[in-house]
Amino acid sequence: MSSTVSIHINGELRRVHARSLTALIEELSLSGRTIAIERNLEVVPRSQYATTELCEGDRIELVHMIGGG
Amino acid sequence: MPDTFKVGTYTFTSRLIAGSGKYKDFATTKAATEAAEAEMITVAVRRVNITDPGKENLLDYIDPKKYTILPNTAGCFNAEDAVRTLRLAREAGGWDLVKLEVLGDTETLYPNVVETIKAAEILVAEGFQVMVYTSDDPIVALRLEEIGCVAVMPLGNPIGSGRGLANPFNIRVIKQRAGVPIVVDAGIGTASDAAKAMELGADACLINTAIAEAKDECMMARAMRDAVRAGRQAYLAGRMPKRAFASASSPTEGYIWD
Repeated sequence: MSSTVSIHINGELRRVHARSLTALIEELSLSGRTIAIERNLEVVPRSQYATTELCEGDRIELVHMIGGG
Repeated sequence: MPDTFKVGTYTFTSRLIAGSGKYKDFATTKAATEAAEAEMITVAVRRVNITDPGKENLLDYIDPKKYTILPNTAGCFNAEDAVRTLRLAREAGGWDLVKLEVLGDTETLYPNVVETIKAAEILVAEGFQVMVYTSDDPIVALRLEEIGCVAVMPLGNPIGSGRGLANPFNIRVIKQRAGVPIVVDAGIGTASDAAKAMELGADACLINTAIAEAKDECMMARAMRDAVRAGRQAYLAGRMPKRAFASASSPTEGYIWD
């Protein structure tokens, strides 16, 4: 069993196994979805998901598009 | 020459921008947007529900290859949140054409023009093509154009009120002075409101609640489509002057009793 980190995802504290954003997307079953990620208030480009390491206490915002006017 | 609607680097045939909020389900959103013959549709940016990620998604129904997606900043009450929201949207779908709206309070949903101007300055500097929702104040509208917004979208009336155009005079003044397209956004309640906005010279209408809350959404979408077209043609055709008194339609000579 790999170790976990505690991070805030969309305002909720969660323990996750993922150590990168790519792994986090997989862990949350969000692969292939049109989403965007902010890590500690900075948007992370898709090209950096694999190399962006998750650290204890990171604040992650994970958004998608919904109906709106 | 076809009458196209140009916004920034984008060109459209339709002058009806659809909203995607308040629909009872995604299938109706799709059907009504198709019925309206819209080419551009607004979407909101929100947190993914991470406890139930398998849920259906709006973009499963509204194909970004078919429609120009216009991410909005609905629900933002300051410039910082609006800028964060649109940076995320651009990363999500590569969309650079965006709808900026920064609201002042939850009851009137009236635009906070001070924060809107702040956000517009940042977004334009970052290369976004900003279509900006604002009050129907001509001075503010021109300031937003000066900043570099690609379209100015004055309200007809508060969001979701369906009250029509509160101040047609202001819409006309804004249109007469602005160089960028003017889109009437918010307040349109029924087809005649849309036609009126277009007759005043608006380049397009953004319509959401009036279609989504109609008893028959697709029929209202078609009515709006036709109203926008009719209003546009009436504007281009050049209306007759209003007169204080009657003017006979039939010749006033050659009567049989003369």
